[in-house]
Amino acid sequence: MTRPSPRKPPPEAHEIRPAVEAKDFSFWYGKNQALKRVSLQMPDRQVTALIGPSGCGKSTFLRSINRMNDLIPGIQHEGDITLDGDSVYRADQDVVALRKRVGMVFQKSNPFPKSIYENVAYGARVNRITSSRSELDELVERSLRQAALWDEVRDRLHSSALGLSGGQQQRLCIARALAVSPRVLLMDEPASALDPIATQKIEELVYELKEDYTIVIVTHNMQQAARVSDRTAFFFMGELIEVGRTEEIFTNPKVEQTEAYITGRFG
Amino acid sequence: MTTIALHRRRILFSRLMLTLTGIAAFVVVVPLLLIFYYLVTAGAQALNLDFFTQLPAPAGEAGGGMANALLGTFLLVFYAGLMGIPIAVGAGVYLAEAGNTKLGTFVRFIADVMNGTPSIVTGIFVWAWVVLMMGRFSLLAGSVALAVMLLPMVTRTTEEMVRLVPRELKEGGMALGFTRWRTTLGVVLPAARSGILTGILVALARIAGETAPLLFTAFGNPFWEWRLNEPISALPLLIYQYAISPYDDWHRQAWAAALVLIGLVLAISLVARFLIRNPYR
Repeated sequence: MTRPSPRKPPPEAHEIRPAVEAKDFSFWYGKNQALKRVSLQMPDRQVTALIGPSGCGKSTFLRSINRMNDLIPGIQHEGDITLDGDSVYRADQDVVALRKRVGMVFQKSNPFPKSIYENVAYGARVNRITSSRSELDELVERSLRQAALWDEVRDRLHSSALGLSGGQQQRLCIARALAVSPRVLLMDEPASALDPIATQKIEELVYELKEDYTIVIVTHNMQQAARVSDRTAFFFMGELIEVGRTEEIFTNPKVEQTEAYITGRFG
Repeated sequence: MTTIALHRRRILFSRLMLTLTGIAAFVVVVPLLLIFYYLVTAGAQALNLDFFTQLPAPAGEAGGGMANALLGTFLLVFYAGLMGIPIAVGAGVYLAEAGNTKLGTFVRFIADVMNGTPSIVTGIFVWAWVVLMMGRFSLLAGSVALAVMLLPMVTRTTEEMVRLVPRELKEGGMALGFTRWRTTLGVVLPAARSGILTGILVALARIAGETAPLLFTAFGNPFWEWRLNEPISALPLLIYQYAISPYDDWHRQAWAAALVLIGLVLAISLVARFLIRNPYR
């Protein structure tokens, strides 16, 4: 079976320079190839959604951007990913510094077993972003406001983060990531474990956050991709099948597999 | 055999097994209940203020107490913890976070062997390496012996507890740009804290009651002592010494000391249980 080569959408007048760009990026877990020569541009201050069936490589791709996969033994890659032109995989890349520039929100909310305040302040303190107590207080408040959580927790900043609801915990994790002033925010199915109301809040948040951050979001939920993203990339079996403006991908996909997936005929 | 008969036979067999395992469970509890009964009936009458405040009376004389042995046990356990806990927790974290190496497998194996080593052997080992080198029995030697007992226990429980911390939590730290060390210290250890503390308490309770490693290290001492380089008394040592003596009064005091010792262990265990129930602070 021959597969049409991935088509890039025609360049548009307002095409924005990419904040993150993958060039012929391939990735292996041991002998198992998870990504096959993926080339994808994720424009500055836009939301790029990664969609595709389970095991298609979209999460692997997301975790390749901040090199979270480094923790797994037996991995290999080819090609490169750049962040503002800086190679993420160059030999002397400081992974710790890289992850400060690329924040991440996980599928399962993972607040630290500390107070709400400490969850947000800890990263900033470790990374020496602020010096004084009042600056730190300000940063915590600003981050919690950005994550649309401030009003719900302002009276209990020093109680345990584990007492929050699932949706609140997830927004706390977003606030925690924002507090270290990242350039890019990666979100790995951030709402898949949440109820519809909490999901809506996260989606509204994503929409607001793209004013200041470049966002890459993995989602299994087609409607969610359609609602929150500017551009959508469809992955299948480790390959990038199609990428384009979200409304085009959803209304007028160029590749048959994309259409089959978004209309629910497989996956 | 008809189906009904077979069915009945199966139910009977099931009931029989349930009864047998139930009896086994009861038999497990019986020794502890008997120990308590004996200790309370034989020891409670010798428990008075003197027991906690006075030095042991000279052989054959009535009265006296075990105040110095109480202090001795406290100091021995304290110094053993001071020496052993940091090393054991460090080793446990290493095994959990980076222990899939040859060194890790080796250390894990050695820790398990040490856990199974008879405590008298630990005593002889410390006698040969500390007592002979210092030329005297001492609080230090006793503490070293107890620390050697504590090391493998706390190492292994720390490893287990750190392994239980979800990978997502660790990744949350790494994703914020923390180094591996900072993630371990700031994210993993706080999450595993109550489990590690429980392991430490159980180990402390265990070594507080050890007698054999102290016989030729701490040795015992009838007087007040707190210096590291002097022999020191301990509750288990006095229990042993008094129990094999020919005096009725000492026998009663040995029962009382045993009651105090088991009360101590029970109290520590209860604190440990409480910690388990409150995983996060």
